[in-house]
Amino acid sequence: MFREKKTSSAGAVAASPGENLLGKENYLNAKRGIGSWLFTVDHKRIGLMYLAAVLTFFFVGGVLALLVRYELLTPGPTLTGDAYNKAFTLHGAIMVFLVIIPSIPAALGNFVVPLMLGAKDVAFPKMNLASLHIYVLGAAFFLYTIFTGSIDTGWTFYTPYSTSTQSSVISAVMGAFILGFSSIFTGVNFIVTIHKMRAPGMTWGKMPLFLWATYATAVIQVLATPVLAITLVLLALERSLGIGIFDPAKGGDPVLFQHFFWFYSHPAVYIMILPGFGVISEIITINSRKHIFGYRAVALSSVAIAVIGFLVWGHHMFVSGQSEFASAIFSFLTFAVAVPTAIKVFSWVTTLYKGSIQYNTPMIYALSFLFLFTIGGLTGLFLGALSVDVHLHDTYFVVAHFHYVMMGGTIVAFIGGIFHWWPKMTGRMYSEPLGIISAIMVFMGFNMTFLPQFVLGSRGMPRRYHEYLPHFAPLHQMSTYGSWVLALGLVIAAYALIKSLYNGPLATKNPWNGKSLEWETDTPPIEHNFHHQPVCTAGPYDFEEIEHKPSTARGH
Amino acid sequence: MISNFLRLSSEASLGGSFWMPPQATALAANTDALFYFILVLCVIFFIIVVGAMFYFAIKYRRRSPNQRTSDIKGSHTVELVWSVIPAILLIIIFAWGFKDWLALSIPPANALDVRVTGRKWSWAFNYPKDNITANELIVPVDQPVRLTMSSTDVLHSFFVPAFRIKRDVLPNRYTVVWFEANTTGDFEIYCTEYCGTDHSRMLSKVKVLSQTDYDKWIQTGGGLDKANMSSVDLGKLYFTQFGCNSCHSVDGTAKIGPTLAKKYGTEHELEGGAKVLVDDNYLRESIVNPTAKIAKGFAPVMPSFQGQINDEQMNALIDYIKEIGK
Repeated sequence: MFREKKTSSAGAVAASPGENLLGKENYLNAKRGIGSWLFTVDHKRIGLMYLAAVLTFFFVGGVLALLVRYELLTPGPTLTGDAYNKAFTLHGAIMVFLVIIPSIPAALGNFVVPLMLGAKDVAFPKMNLASLHIYVLGAAFFLYTIFTGSIDTGWTFYTPYSTSTQSSVISAVMGAFILGFSSIFTGVNFIVTIHKMRAPGMTWGKMPLFLWATYATAVIQVLATPVLAITLVLLALERSLGIGIFDPAKGGDPVLFQHFFWFYSHPAVYIMILPGFGVISEIITINSRKHIFGYRAVALSSVAIAVIGFLVWGHHMFVSGQSEFASAIFSFLTFAVAVPTAIKVFSWVTTLYKGSIQYNTPMIYALSFLFLFTIGGLTGLFLGALSVDVHLHDTYFVVAHFHYVMMGGTIVAFIGGIFHWWPKMTGRMYSEPLGIISAIMVFMGFNMTFLPQFVLGSRGMPRRYHEYLPHFAPLHQMSTYGSWVLALGLVIAAYALIKSLYNGPLATKNPWNGKSLEWETDTPPIEHNFHHQPVCTAGPYDFEEIEHKPSTARGH
Repeated sequence: MISNFLRLSSEASLGGSFWMPPQATALAANTDALFYFILVLCVIFFIIVVGAMFYFAIKYRRRSPNQRTSDIKGSHTVELVWSVIPAILLIIIFAWGFKDWLALSIPPANALDVRVTGRKWSWAFNYPKDNITANELIVPVDQPVRLTMSSTDVLHSFFVPAFRIKRDVLPNRYTVVWFEANTTGDFEIYCTEYCGTDHSRMLSKVKVLSQTDYDKWIQTGGGLDKANMSSVDLGKLYFTQFGCNSCHSVDGTAKIGPTLAKKYGTEHELEGGAKVLVDDNYLRESIVNPTAKIAKGFAPVMPSFQGQINDEQMNALIDYIKEIGK
């Protein structure tokens, strides 16, 4: 299958199966001192630092989410309206810009992509480091915003509210602007790396699907993010200089902001979810010991989603006052993007057929993803249908829908991915029982939190309300109790991971028997990833367990 | 918790079904029909996908470490089937939604016109033919009503769940929405575009009356018996109709804006330290140009009522504020 070049030649350092480099030289201890981390160009160290930062902000955003849910436990006010508005704005902005967008591409992707490609590093290691530094700078602007009066516009920064509110809009917007560069740098790096640095023998058709997903994501990052940057600069200029582009009193158009904003932010939804698709494709195949069902369809549907995803932004604006004709076109295109997404889900499920399914923590998270993302995707159909969206727009139905996609989809895939590659990153195995308990609690808590919100929304509960009419109370209470179960599940996941660092058993170099190249190198990898240039001779899912029948075997 | 959940599903006082609020227009029934059509499709597809997932996951669980697996890599037939069938269903959903959307978007020619003004954080409904302004939307049953809406400040959105209608309300631009209620009763109005501090209190009601009751309401100038009311009583009514009470108390407590109790004729401290005498002219200025002088400790968030309030109403409001100022 995969093998390292020259493994047979005398004296070559071929890692024997099961070798663990903890205590020997590996990327974690090749250089020492804090400076060797902060200014490293090693993609693995950058990935780990991204991971630490993303998880820290996930904690902050999560605490804010609990605060929001706590307020909604009772119909009356617990916090003041302004405090609640700041809490949900920061929750959304932190989760979108500081957590979900960088989560899989920048944290897991940085670590995994070059290893999967059989490369020594990304194409532009210094640019990669710059991306991390820029991320930290952007995050610092957000923290500054929190300490200087905070922000209360919602993460969408809609004008004219955002140009007239008293809160610190400019620093938050500058934070998001700066974070955009971090995202672009990562995107450019991955595009070039995947084009130019694949191991010998790794054709596009032999790339693991995580790489396809990362590639499609990177293209969107590079093409869409500049639009957000321009929009945010215009917003900052509007606020500071009063240029009037979004101000109706000066002949500007407040709805124009929504067009600009969603032109980025809808493709950004795919920046957030496509990498999750990639992670799920890896986890499901490796734990079913099978080829993905319909490799080409799964790979190309990522690209199709990336392309069509640019043309559906107006479905956020059916009731905004945009033309009815435009709304009709956007609705149609929205349904068009549902087809490639459905194909992926069907393919993952069919991949399980006649497999040999192992229930480890990543697989439980992946199955949980399939359940939750199916709900998230199907409920999108209600919102794509014009007349039904008129009723559901800006209600809790939308809140539930995008949490099923963004959290039930991306975050669940992200956590599954962390467990999946954890042995490779740290050299340690986590506790499987703890991991599985966390996955089940996250699944149950998530459904308890967000299923009731669909009903709240269809019954008319608007979003971003800190008080509500008493007849909505039972469902809101159930949702808040669910958020506590969900939080506990996440705490157990964190505990399982942190505990493993101290006393987890040493991991072998290939604990899941994977066939992609990251499992071919030592655990944890050496600083330059591979002792020799690995060569790719077969597909990423050619597992030994697959029974080749002469009549049906293809491509051999 | 579960019992709460079940109780809600059978909540009789609210009306409506488990999923939907009560239906009060014919078009609401259309929207619901599509909602339930999609819901049924979703349940079917969910059962197929998740059912297959559980079935495969259990049937093909690993029983021995070297369990053999199939070398299936795909099937063009299967892939074609599961692309084309969803595509056809999606086109049906699109076309159905589009058809109902056109009906929701095109008001009939014989519609009754009402102007709607959204402002932080109240609604005003103006009946141009009869020169009536109210803070609740009063309409006759079985009569199409066209709302022409605008905002005096930020974006708002006009949402009546029972009618399944929603439209954003923008500054300096009109948006139009219409409905024809087919049952009398009171229905909630929500603001659904986030608009700041009291967004969740920007509520009102649609009161659907019989034609006779509606005519009576119009004839009395919006339920006012002006001939027999003092200017102070009128002012008290206008105080709630224009939504003044959502930000200004009359009992001495500070809300979004300063209280108006015991203010008239006193010196009032402004932002920056200056003082101003609260007299008729200051009150008028504060209503038409609220940001000219800002009371100390309050944010300049009050919208202007210039052009929305006529002289009679202005006088009545000032008379009322004078009265509670004593």
